[in-house]
Amino acid sequence: MKTRWSVGWEWLMAQRWLLPVLVAVGFVLAFAIEYDLFNNEYVRGVAMSVGIPEYTLEYTLFNKYVQLVMMYVGINIILTVSLNLVNGYMGEFSLAHAGFMAVGAYTAALLTQKVLPVAAYPGLFPLAVLAGGLMAAALGLIVAVPSFKVRGDYLAIITLAFLMIVKSVIENIDTIGGPRGIPGIKKLTTLPWVFFWVVVSVWVVRNFVYSKYGRGVLSIREDEIASDLMSVNTRRVKFLAFMVSSFFAGIAGALFAHLLQFISPRVFDIIKTTDVLIMVYLGGIASIGGSILGATVYTVLLELLRPSTVAAMLAWLPAVALDPLNEYFIRHLGVWRMVIMPLLLVLVMLYWPRGIMGLREFRWFIPRRDLEAHHRQHAHGGSHGAAHGH
Amino acid sequence: MALLTATRVRHYFGGLCAVSDFNLDLQAGELVGIIGPNGAGKTTVFNLITGVYRASEGSIRLRDTELVGKTPHQITALRVGRTFQNIRLFRDLSVLDNVRIAHYAQVRYGPLEALLHLGRYRREEQRIVENSRRLLSIFKLDHLAGETAKNLPYGSQRRLEIARALAIGPELLLLDEPAAGMNPNEIDQLMEFIQWIRREFQLTILLIEHQMKLVMGICERIKVLDFGETLAEGPPEAIQSNPKVLEAYLGEGPVG
Ligand SMILES: Nc1ncnc2c1ncn2[C@@H]1O[C@H](COP(=O)(O)OP(=O)(O)O)[C@@H](O)[C@H]1O
Ligand SMILES: [Mg+2]
Repeated sequence: MKTRWSVGWEWLMAQRWLLPVLVAVGFVLAFAIEYDLFNNEYVRGVAMSVGIPEYTLEYTLFNKYVQLVMMYVGINIILTVSLNLVNGYMGEFSLAHAGFMAVGAYTAALLTQKVLPVAAYPGLFPLAVLAGGLMAAALGLIVAVPSFKVRGDYLAIITLAFLMIVKSVIENIDTIGGPRGIPGIKKLTTLPWVFFWVVVSVWVVRNFVYSKYGRGVLSIREDEIASDLMSVNTRRVKFLAFMVSSFFAGIAGALFAHLLQFISPRVFDIIKTTDVLIMVYLGGIASIGGSILGATVYTVLLELLRPSTVAAMLAWLPAVALDPLNEYFIRHLGVWRMVIMPLLLVLVMLYWPRGIMGLREFRWFIPRRDLEAHHRQHAHGGSHGAAHGH
Repeated sequence: MALLTATRVRHYFGGLCAVSDFNLDLQAGELVGIIGPNGAGKTTVFNLITGVYRASEGSIRLRDTELVGKTPHQITALRVGRTFQNIRLFRDLSVLDNVRIAHYAQVRYGPLEALLHLGRYRREEQRIVENSRRLLSIFKLDHLAGETAKNLPYGSQRRLEIARALAIGPELLLLDEPAAGMNPNEIDQLMEFIQWIRREFQLTILLIEHQMKLVMGICERIKVLDFGETLAEGPPEAIQSNPKVLEAYLGEGPVG
């Protein structure tokens, strides 16, 4: 039984040309928002002529807060897609992601603060971001080594130890601010740059997944010894997977530092890793589309749970109900978050282990060759829906 | 010329001597069987040849290359393919991907080409897909290319495992109890099939089997193991009438 929805969805997924078009539109929009191109008389005039009240425009794309959230969504997509490579596709449980992020953030921030003359040449910013990614990738190589020997819980503990080492090393180097961190970082992260790195990370991770190395990663998750016996160089595959994963964590960290404008070791603790884990498992393991959805849903959810937002949303309640709610719950949401979010991780892993689209993929992301290769030769196509062979 | 030579191979698991003083001289093109009761050390011999375990003592050579000390993927890349006693497919992956994965060592593109989908990537991927499809059609599995491996019926899973082993491009094929769980009719087909792939792919085959009908029917030479030791070795007729073998193994009645 095919519903109208699923027929429509399949038609949409078959329109592969839409993906590059959407990316191009995304870039144009990102630049337009960055340079405030919508904030002019002409757009206001058009909006008013079609009956949109002028004040609502303030809550849309011109709004700095909305732009900020969009950038967080982008950075979280980069983090989620890259962590999914190790925790989803490879089936390991790495907790080190925030550590790689810290390495990228500190490398890039120190470069823009002390080395590169970014004030005179803002064009040097991408170099700092790239350096952050490369530095994180180098550390990724080191974390890959224990994964040759141990798996599962043991590797999780080793990656946790790595995260703690990164944090305490940073805390103990005074020249980079020690526990106080680095304040006053220039705000160089812009929407177009975030969008650029989202596209690059999604594209590279997708390319990796649909290559012999990506299939190697999947086979390691299934049965590492059998994988080795089928000629897969499991060490090399693990090196590559950890490197790509930590590279993009470093990139995300660099972008994050130049958006938040302040970093300290506390920003990159286990809570940060937990956030990314939730996004990975909420979106679904071994799925790029799932990672994008998971990161978006979770980031927006977090923003909606801010005390001011919740208070504003519940303002219609009578004071009798609102005041105690405010007193005991809403005002403490910052703390409740620490309970609610890890709880969400537990619930997702227990009751929804596949997440939104675990082990499935948007067909747009699957290379045409792979789609065709998996198709039954004589049967009619489309039997898989949005799912693919994995 | 000998393709595989094992000399005085010994292997211990802790204090247990699983394989002791194992010698083998496998000529190119031969089809040799290894039989023996459960726990005799047959699978361990395969694991030693393919590098899953490192032999405690002795030497295993493929032509002039020493295999002891090499990793499984290095040995496999020297064109040694194998199947497993208990099917070990990549269960959650597609039938096609199971076969494609086994091409890893033959694919000629590097990490950068993979990350950017440039250079040799396209040509090589096309080649692997075509070769995988060819293998799948030989095994009558091509219509199931997109199916998840675990959803295949048992017999098809067995065939897929052999197809995957052939994707290595092996010169030497190791089959660990290929007839396990098959009925007599299926065993007859399997015997013909093994003969056929042997000719078609110019293989040298070493196989472990409990089904006497299969071993006696197609093997040119048989090696009998018992408690890690080689009990006897020779052509099927000699093995069948060897009193030591009858006592230790065939005497048990039907085994399987
Ligand atoms: N990984 C292992 N660790 C410890 N003992 C093992 C291991 N693998 C096999 N053995 C032991 O080695 C002996 C030979 O096993 P195996 O080679 O699987 O026998 P066969 O395949 O002939 O039935 C058995 O006693 C078995 O229990
Ligand atoms: Mg066995």
